[in-house]
Amino acid sequence: MEPTLPSERNDSPVAPRASAPTSLADPPEAGAGPDSASPSGSPVGRRIVLGMIGLGAVGVLVGRQAQEAITSTVSATVPGLGSIVPAAGGFRIYTVTGGYPAMDPADYRLDVTGNVTTPLSLTMADLADLPQTSMTKDFQCVTGWRVDDVLWSGVLLSDVLAAAGASTTSSALRFFSFDGAYTESLTMEQALRDDVLVATSMFGEPVTREHGGPVRLYVAPMYGYKSLKWMSGIEVVDEVVPGYWEVRGYDIDAWVGASNGRDDEPIA
Amino acid sequence: MDATTSPSPDARIARFSRAERWVHRSITVLMIVLIATAAALYFPDISVLVGNRPIVSNIHVIAGFVLPIPLILALASRAFRQDAELLNRFTAQDWTWLRSRDRRSGRIPVGKFNAGQKLNAAFSVGSVIIMLATGAIMFFNSWFPDDIRTGATFVHDWLTLAVVVVVVGHTYKALMDAEARTGMRTGHVSARWAAREHGQWAEEQRLGG
Repeated sequence: MEPTLPSERNDSPVAPRASAPTSLADPPEAGAGPDSASPSGSPVGRRIVLGMIGLGAVGVLVGRQAQEAITSTVSATVPGLGSIVPAAGGFRIYTVTGGYPAMDPADYRLDVTGNVTTPLSLTMADLADLPQTSMTKDFQCVTGWRVDDVLWSGVLLSDVLAAAGASTTSSALRFFSFDGAYTESLTMEQALRDDVLVATSMFGEPVTREHGGPVRLYVAPMYGYKSLKWMSGIEVVDEVVPGYWEVRGYDIDAWVGASNGRDDEPIA
Repeated sequence: MDATTSPSPDARIARFSRAERWVHRSITVLMIVLIATAAALYFPDISVLVGNRPIVSNIHVIAGFVLPIPLILALASRAFRQDAELLNRFTAQDWTWLRSRDRRSGRIPVGKFNAGQKLNAAFSVGSVIIMLATGAIMFFNSWFPDDIRTGATFVHDWLTLAVVVVVVGHTYKALMDAEARTGMRTGHVSARWAAREHGQWAEEQRLGG
């Protein structure tokens, strides 16, 4: 590392040469001989530390752009690396309960209740029998990271609602997670969009445990906290009930680039 | 230190003070905790295996904020300050040593610390400061704009990988040299080892004793 800092010759706080006589008169606890008490040479160590601090500060200032450049380069050259090393453009795995709930797909049920003509308790096989939809879209977290071009597959939420005979005059939906804590909300209008998916597959594979498998929500145009993981229930209700993060200050209408004070590029 | 007066190759030479060894041990324990918890927070597979994310996260944050404390306390020790200054200063000989192919042969007699140890020390101090600063930005995230938070995460993430590489290298070097480990464990090394690994320092010890 080549120091780029101005000379520190005149600002040495330690003044090693001046301290040498004292050191000789007063022997150290261990080790240092007379020569080592009056070190010679240039303070390269300090220059390295200051240089690193400078680089670190620049890194903090341009880190967002740098991370985006790295993410797009890595995903173009080494696809899949991001799923191992999050800094290479992968998902950061969050959970609000401390654990990562496990569910055997054979035992899985998605309950669709509330203002519906036919309450449902869908198995994985039931979901597979509904019309399948795939889309390749980004996942944007409200904390700043974004995973480009994720292949999502599953059943459009609107198809699930149609199967249950949901009352489209009801104005909202609640979503529940089998982690026992997380909840989310959407308006009926939002829920009927063609980019809101009950996802059973990510990257062409079943949704893994850490990503919220076997079934999660994917709300493409909104920040990631709307895409509830470990989904166990959908309830059709008359008014929006704020979800887990929404009662903690996050925007209920979480449009990417137009909420939570952020200006990220929207997900088309 | 009577050991330094003896020319016998088996004589013991004082190398690290009690305070320095205490600092080294504290940093070792904290670094192990930090790297282990970082792995559990960072790699999805390990995250799922370990779970308990809030607890792991709290341990990581506490260990991170505690890490500089031993270093700051050690500044009260004269031996620590003197060694820190030795590590800070690069002589012409250090550059020659770094460039030479046979730097491990002992042909170029080095002082108490070789240039590799000096680089490691500088990198470590720089890393502690940057990791503390970026970690603090992430911890007190509501005080900072989003771009700064993202930038701090970027620096914290990538510097972690560099730190792990350097820590592994440091540990590897120690594992290869039992007498160096004895020096850090007991504070003393043999005159023979000192003459081979740190010829100039051994000579200073012999003359200075």
